[in-house]
Amino acid sequence: MDLLNALVAILNFVVIPASAYGAQLALGALGVTLIYGILRFSNFAHGDTMAFGTAVTILLTWGLQAGGISLGPLPTGLLALPVAIALTSVLVLVTDRLVYRHYRRVKASPIVIVMASVGVMFVMNGLTRLVIGVDEIQFADGARFVVSVPQFKAMTGLDEGLALRTTQAITLVLTAAAVWALFAFLNRTRAGKAMRAYADNEDLALLSGIDPERVVRLTWIIATALAVAAGTLYGLDKSFKAFNYFQILLPIFAAAIVGGLGSPLGAVAGGFVIAFSEVALTYPWKKIAQYLGFEPAGLLQLLSTEYKFAVSFVILIVVLLVKPTGLFRGKSY
Amino acid sequence: MKKLLLATAAAALTAGAAGAEDIKIGLSLGFTGPLESMSPNMAKGAELAMKEVSDSGKLLDRSTVTSVQADNTCADAAASVAAVERLVTAEKVNGIMGGMCSGETIASLEKVAVPNGMVMISPSATSPALTDIDDKGFFFRTSPSDARQGEVMTDVIMDRGIKSVAVTYTNNDYGKGLAEAFKSSFEGKGGTVTIMAAHDDGKADYSAEVGALAAAGGEALVVAGYVDQGGSGIVRGSMDAGAFDTFVFPDGMISDALVTRFGTELENSFGQNPSSEGPGRDAFIKVAETAGFDGTSAFAAESYDAAALMMLAMQAAKSSDPKVYKDKVLDVANAPGEKIAAGELAKGLELLAAGTDIDYDGATAVELVGPGESAGVYREVDFKGGKLNVIGTR
Repeated sequence: MDLLNALVAILNFVVIPASAYGAQLALGALGVTLIYGILRFSNFAHGDTMAFGTAVTILLTWGLQAGGISLGPLPTGLLALPVAIALTSVLVLVTDRLVYRHYRRVKASPIVIVMASVGVMFVMNGLTRLVIGVDEIQFADGARFVVSVPQFKAMTGLDEGLALRTTQAITLVLTAAAVWALFAFLNRTRAGKAMRAYADNEDLALLSGIDPERVVRLTWIIATALAVAAGTLYGLDKSFKAFNYFQILLPIFAAAIVGGLGSPLGAVAGGFVIAFSEVALTYPWKKIAQYLGFEPAGLLQLLSTEYKFAVSFVILIVVLLVKPTGLFRGKSY
Repeated sequence: MKKLLLATAAAALTAGAAGAEDIKIGLSLGFTGPLESMSPNMAKGAELAMKEVSDSGKLLDRSTVTSVQADNTCADAAASVAAVERLVTAEKVNGIMGGMCSGETIASLEKVAVPNGMVMISPSATSPALTDIDDKGFFFRTSPSDARQGEVMTDVIMDRGIKSVAVTYTNNDYGKGLAEAFKSSFEGKGGTVTIMAAHDDGKADYSAEVGALAAAGGEALVVAGYVDQGGSGIVRGSMDAGAFDTFVFPDGMISDALVTRFGTELENSFGQNPSSEGPGRDAFIKVAETAGFDGTSAFAAESYDAAALMMLAMQAAKSSDPKVYKDKVLDVANAPGEKIAAGELAKGLELLAAGTDIDYDGATAVELVGPGESAGVYREVDFKGGKLNVIGTR
């Protein structure tokens, strides 16, 4: 019984929250890594694309709620998501036409395009705040829990409770679906193969009749879809606050780099590595040890929670020193 | 002839200085930065007191008082030092109403105000560190130290029979100061603090903090954070994971936003925040309304009192020189003497001019203790029935 209690405690406080957070980071990192692999620059505007897309989702959600439409136990935001992706894609494609296309034509060095993306970031930043404001917004509706702590305790009779929020479950399921779809697209379809060819060697791809502008457009649309999905899932799970999406850019880049920039598989792995290292390394193991029959004097906490960001950056530095291309052999331009 | 002219000019100048003068009071507030939404009403509170005094024409032979605003950003100590430096050296102010946040207040006080002999009266810096600071008598505050809040919180918790708590605090001078003051007070009275875990505001995810707090355990969780920031994130996470169902909220958390966000989920929770109720506060809110701003806004009343105290001390000392009037601040703030409420500054000035002692109560029932800080009245609140209920004052 005590063993079960220990297991439930780990699940409740480490595995479930870290998995959900990891999945949100993974989706974000996938978008970053796609842009890096195919368009060859680090897109600093990614976090604010997430914020803008989520803001659109929220506006549409409010519209749906006003019209009395809901998804029952699921959050209405999911229904708004596809439309929000389409609208945000339009904005991103316009940005590409106005800003990035010029730099592609003059074959600007990647660092110049990165700086341009910082400019785009500030514009998007302001745009999001104009559209929806700076306040915190809760837009998750429907059932809050798949299993809540009191339910779980009543069901099992254990001392430890387990909570699984609907939004956590949705995050995990949607991320798995998105990753599967992306890999199928990249490996099986003609357009996906064209994208990979363009990523490998731009000139050869051109010679074999691939339309580069089409590849660029597709990349933006897919990256935007991933970004808006990641932003919406994160907003549903926690809450929407424009400023937080700027903050989340840091762990997302850490995830993409740890996994290997340009490698989709790496982005997914990186997301989970960062999330689990933040949560697990600062978790005090005292309670678990007690369930297992030890009587520890201290908290058995490896690092205090202030250091959780240091953890992901130490991992980042070690990876860059030992394996500069990341865990899954990304690229570096 | 030349010498005669010079002498006449000099005589005219000194005569001028002895009579009416234009007294300047600097306002060192965070007009930009994390508390930018509070600053405008704090400035208006202080300027209201200045206008009241100027209009009365009773301060130091019809002197007028004007304000000079300086943006200290609240977050950046270097920017605050530069702002206060400008007030002292370029604007030549006679006193400073400020700073606003604890960290930058300490920096600007130690680097600029004390070396230059400038009085600073802060309306809102609450860190316990400011109690023991070597201020040479130049620093006062109209807000209570968080050391006091730590004691009040201890009593509030102990009275409910709770003996062990976990503590999380926002990682800055306010959060850390309050958390440590609370810890020493709580442990001094026989309670146990299972963990002190910092959280950073505006971060993506608080699962790690919630996990650590839950593993350490305790009968309640003390959240020394901000309601618009990480504080609410921690509360949400703890509730969802079933880690705690009783929360203790200090002043940074207690607001209507907390109730809107959590409603009936706070059934077992409680807390306290500084609050002065009474005729002085009502009078201030009324005057503020006439002046066109919201007097209930956080620290607006304290700002009014800080500026008023400074001008009353000048009157009592018959001088606008900070090195002289600093010794009078405690005299005008505390008993004995005739009580002066908000909106009665003219009366106070008159009494002082006649040599009568006053006891300034102002908008927040000012009573300065120790090295010149507010004693602090706190109200105890709970959230039964999904509402913010005041259940008493301490």
